[in-house]
Amino acid sequence: MAEFGNPDVIQEEVDILMIGGGMACCGAAYEIMPWAKQAEAALGRELKIKLVDKAAMDRSGAVAQGLSAINTYIGSEQDPADYARMVSNDLMGITRDDLAYDLGRHVDESVHLFEEWGLPIWKLDENGERHDGSKGLTPLKDGGKPVRSGKWQIMINGESYKWIVAEAAKKAIGIERIQERVFIVKLVNDKNDPSRVAGAAGFSVRDHKLYIYKAKAILLAAGGCVNIFRPRSVGEGTGRAWYPVWNSGSTYTMAAEAGAELTLMENRFVPTRFKDGYGPVGAWFLLFKSKATNAFGELYMVRNKEMLDDYPPYGKAAVPASCLRNHLMLKEMKEGRGPIWMDTVTALADLRETLSPREVKHLEAEAWEDFLDMCVGQCGIWVGENIEPEKKNSELMPTEPYLLGSHSGCCGIWTSGPDDVGAPTSETETGVPAHLPSGWNWGYRGMTTVKGLFTAGDGVGASGHKFSSGSHAEGRMAAKAMVKYVLDNKDYVPELDTSVDDLVTEIYRPVRTYLEHKDYTTAIDVNPHYITPKMLQFRLQKIMDEYVAGVATYYTTNEHMMAVAEEKLGMLKEDAEKMRAKDLHELLRAWENYHRILTAEAHMKHIQFRQESRYPGFYYRADKNFVDEENWHCFVNSIYDKTTKQWTCFKRAHVDLVDKSKLFKAAAH
Amino acid sequence: MPTFVRTDKCDGCKGQDKTACMYICPHDLMKLDKDGSDTGHAMKSYNQEPEQCWECYSCVKICPQNAIEARHYADVVPLGGSVQPLRGSDSIMWTIKFRNGTLKRFKFPIRTTPEGSIEPYAGKPDADMSKITQPGFFNHMEQNGYRVGDPSELLRK
Repeated sequence: MAEFGNPDVIQEEVDILMIGGGMACCGAAYEIMPWAKQAEAALGRELKIKLVDKAAMDRSGAVAQGLSAINTYIGSEQDPADYARMVSNDLMGITRDDLAYDLGRHVDESVHLFEEWGLPIWKLDENGERHDGSKGLTPLKDGGKPVRSGKWQIMINGESYKWIVAEAAKKAIGIERIQERVFIVKLVNDKNDPSRVAGAAGFSVRDHKLYIYKAKAILLAAGGCVNIFRPRSVGEGTGRAWYPVWNSGSTYTMAAEAGAELTLMENRFVPTRFKDGYGPVGAWFLLFKSKATNAFGELYMVRNKEMLDDYPPYGKAAVPASCLRNHLMLKEMKEGRGPIWMDTVTALADLRETLSPREVKHLEAEAWEDFLDMCVGQCGIWVGENIEPEKKNSELMPTEPYLLGSHSGCCGIWTSGPDDVGAPTSETETGVPAHLPSGWNWGYRGMTTVKGLFTAGDGVGASGHKFSSGSHAEGRMAAKAMVKYVLDNKDYVPELDTSVDDLVTEIYRPVRTYLEHKDYTTAIDVNPHYITPKMLQFRLQKIMDEYVAGVATYYTTNEHMMAVAEEKLGMLKEDAEKMRAKDLHELLRAWENYHRILTAEAHMKHIQFRQESRYPGFYYRADKNFVDEENWHCFVNSIYDKTTKQWTCFKRAHVDLVDKSKLFKAAAH
Repeated sequence: MPTFVRTDKCDGCKGQDKTACMYICPHDLMKLDKDGSDTGHAMKSYNQEPEQCWECYSCVKICPQNAIEARHYADVVPLGGSVQPLRGSDSIMWTIKFRNGTLKRFKFPIRTTPEGSIEPYAGKPDADMSKITQPGFFNHMEQNGYRVGDPSELLRK
């Protein structure tokens, strides 16, 4: 009989394992079945597929709460190359054009499906008036006109966005192929080939069961990383992270430990959002034409516009990179001209001048829906502080840093791209470890540098601005490639390089540590033999905040501060082996925080390696406070050795596949 | 605003092993206190880690008894406001109460098809194995969404 500390071990062998249940894995689940069905003929048997989610698919991942916009929709009027250009400039010139371009040409196929499945998408009628998505206007697929809140964004009534996408995914794959509430914490390499993945292991957060999967191909798409830096709110408000608090770096850490090459882990995203609630600003800036000012009503983007000249060419585009917009705002804050205000009062007053009373009422509802669909917490701030946006302005604030690959950030895993867009097939930088591929594609779209290990969404590095729709499309691309991979490796039989006993011991260590030592002291949380996951997280956040450019130092660090951080992180990593888990819920937290530590360490090592400040406004190296195009217009990549626990960082050459100068033509006139 | 469960409304999902809120919470926060040993309220659920609550409202929206509400983060927000939804099959209604008593109500659509009605592959073609290494999905252009792109944009092709 299984009990706490002594779980039943469930072992299962599949062809394809999908880890995660967010937009990327929902996309993969949808795309995989038609290919799997065709593959059966070649294989002579059914393809065994399983999807494992640590939560419930209806509300898991970054879209759990809903969204008020789809941020990546190309439309018939724009070219995938335009999209790749925008992604590149927003991320200071260093992205993979092959990945962004490929995503750009595929993504609308997913958006149109969302609408078919029932997602309400706002439309413009023939008079240019906007309508919500319930009015039955012409679908996008048949030429309906979306309401653009920006060049790439379209507005939706998205409270049930994830619910709808999950319904399609669950029906496509079938409930018998889904395992919810199991947290995969470790990938396992192949016994006979360490460069190949052979399985994964994790545990149920509901029952005393440990799950070990053998698989030929694995899709690892378990989100980005939140809460490695001390958040601005440290009481109950800790949970009000901008990105979902359950994104714990599992994707990056599990991939790194399996030997996968990471890329641009120095990149981070520091969104400027409505203060404390972290409500979205996109619709306010783009749809309602609101302006952001310092305490004296001055527009910092105008007042400080010469600061953009310091960062050619990225400051010269029609829309300067996100980090540079932060850079201009931070000057006001540092020099004591805060708070920063979003001038909602003027914006709404201006709009009222041209609108009918009916349209004004509609406008007010739109403003509230923007928060209610995706960030109810911001409404909580507004009602508590008696803020009605037409009467009272709201503060803006740059958040604590986040690591992600699908939103406006581009850290992640080095991933095989398409082979038909002119991507490099060789590497010109020296110093890349010999066992790694040299070009940008190595056979299977979405595969990492570990054979059989695929990723999508936040997992794919060097190609930000995918958002919800792009992550879905990217999951679909990976699914298709995984079927091909399995067909090409049909005689391969996965063998795990770690024994079942060792996996149980490692995964359940926090539980056994707790059971062994819990009676040593009278206070359950204070015990020299273990550390609670919560305290371990506080320690991590303190180190990252104070030494690795968190909010405490206005995002500033230097090599000396990072040397201190490195030592402290090393000890924290050692102490992670002494985490306790007093129940299955705390075992979940223990493993999430272990994943956070390794992701944080990768972030620090990459910042340390890159001898410049590539993302001013997101982080500054005070000792290298410049962008060095000559020496550092390149990718910084790394691999992790799980035996020595050491990182190796190296450069990879950056190559443009589309012409970036087109971004700057307007500025030249 | 961590969520909280009202003792007068929660029925523990009628003693099922798993409550709706436990089922749905993306962060594993909701817990059914079967014997009352955690909270003093047997067979009712509670938020076991309020400082980890993202306020995603998944539990609030799914609770069949409307027993779950949110009290906005005490370390940030003045008391007295509330934001409460009622999620139906095709729309969601929000009742918004300010600290100063101002009341607003909004109703927004949430989906255009009946819940559970999606037929994922209805009217879709089979996958064509001869195209498995080419760009495009199994239902290539069935949704009119593949953007071919101007080939002259690709510098190295």
